[in-house]
Amino acid sequence: MAGRAMVRSGLFTDGATPALLGSRCLVCGAHHFPQQDTCPYCAAEGPSPVELSRRGSLWAWTAVTAAPPGYQGEIPFGLGIVELPEGIRIITRLSASDPGALSPGQPMELEIVALHVDAEGNDVMTYSFAPTPAAPPAPAGAPPAP
Amino acid sequence: MSGVVIAGVAMHPFGRFDGVTTTDMGVVAVRAALAEAGVGRGGFQAAFCGTAYGGVATGHKVLSRLGLTGMPIVDVEAGCASGGAALMLAAGAIRAGQYDTVLVFGTEKMPRGIIRSSFFEPWQEEAGLAATPSFFALRAQRLAMTSGVTKDHLARVVVKNRRHGAKNTDAMYQKEISADEVLGSRVVCEPLHLFMLCSPNEGAAAVVLTRSPPAGTTMPAPVTLAGAVLRSHLPGAVLSESTPLSGLTDDSVPSPTTLAARDAFEEAGLGPSDLDVVECQDTDAARELISYEELGLCEAGGSAALLDSGATHLGGRMPVNPSGGLLAKGEPLGASALGQVVELVRQLRGDCGPRQVEGARVALSHTVGRGANAGVVILTR
Repeated sequence: MAGRAMVRSGLFTDGATPALLGSRCLVCGAHHFPQQDTCPYCAAEGPSPVELSRRGSLWAWTAVTAAPPGYQGEIPFGLGIVELPEGIRIITRLSASDPGALSPGQPMELEIVALHVDAEGNDVMTYSFAPTPAAPPAPAGAPPAP
Repeated sequence: MSGVVIAGVAMHPFGRFDGVTTTDMGVVAVRAALAEAGVGRGGFQAAFCGTAYGGVATGHKVLSRLGLTGMPIVDVEAGCASGGAALMLAAGAIRAGQYDTVLVFGTEKMPRGIIRSSFFEPWQEEAGLAATPSFFALRAQRLAMTSGVTKDHLARVVVKNRRHGAKNTDAMYQKEISADEVLGSRVVCEPLHLFMLCSPNEGAAAVVLTRSPPAGTTMPAPVTLAGAVLRSHLPGAVLSESTPLSGLTDDSVPSPTTLAARDAFEEAGLGPSDLDVVECQDTDAARELISYEELGLCEAGGSAALLDSGATHLGGRMPVNPSGGLLAKGEPLGASALGQVVELVRQLRGDCGPRQVEGARVALSHTVGRGANAGVVILTR
């Protein structure tokens, strides 16, 4: 039966509140993504697997306007870098393909999106960051937002 | 690095040559460089061949065609810096006393369009994370944020290099272009337009290195290889040419270009202020400006001002890419670094005709790309 296939296993968790799967080095404290069994920054072995923050801020972005080799999804698509509170910057697909609609430091949130349908009829899923939806209106009596 | 001089240089033009093989182009460059050096069979003890897409035994195929095999022949792959890597190995071997004369060449026939690189895992391609120009674009955007570089600056880099290339019969594009034409070409990855990107193409270049003759024994004095350095990346920079999937928020990690330039200047006993002429990586227009900053041609954040000053134009204080750079010549990966060295040797000899940098004595070649690999070569006369 057709379903969802991950573009590569071990990159992220699926579901309503997905997360990227990274690691934190127990020696130098640096986070990295994707997970690997040696810290890329200090070469210590056995970093600890962690789920990375789902929200971050936009650090750089562009849009790809022609299909690169091996890519079967929609064109254009957004590509950028999102900075997470752990002190890590992630190269990621963006769920926003108009560079003019984005701004530096903009809040972004992780989502899992479909790239294309594979030969078995599965949606091939990958990680992407989308602009965080505007906060709901403040309840009556709350102080105005700064 | 004293003790190594350039005995001969030559190149096969960079462009598109249907029906001409990687081997054919290598033969043209090698035969001419050996002839210029006066070196024949038995006259060199090793050969290093830079190539990234040439396939198995590219160097052997060229030298077999010329009847010049028997010595060690080693293909060297270091992405865009393959030729620089080959040069470093050859120079080191001469300096160490292993060989007296070494042939270094690069030959390449790139596929058309966006370069497909086996560097990326299939899933990265599938997810759209393997579009090389998109990484150039992200670097360009960050440069705009940190250095005040505008699209107009990017267009003017292209105009400059294409103007230089119009004076170079070895360049793929020998026609000048206007800023309006550059900005009118389609957007590939914002902020980069099509004409701000170099064309992967075909070509070959060859350099013969030899141990320095005793002082005063040759007239005129040959060009000296004063430094030849290859460096890889340190981890941490998310926009490193190593194209990682993540990086740190620490912006103090030096780039591989900065590392290579520091080492090469130290080896040569020279600094950026000594340079008369530079050939640098201009895979895209922003890359040239990033190179200004990473090589120390200006302070961090000063690339737009350096371009604005006119110093890097032909006729300026320190022309950059007088050959037209990759933007005019195109980029055959394994040959591009040695193409720069051929240009700079000819500049130092005063053989560049309409694009001659008058009185040039100190020259720097720079290539950087996938790996990451950054190569810096310093030549003096």
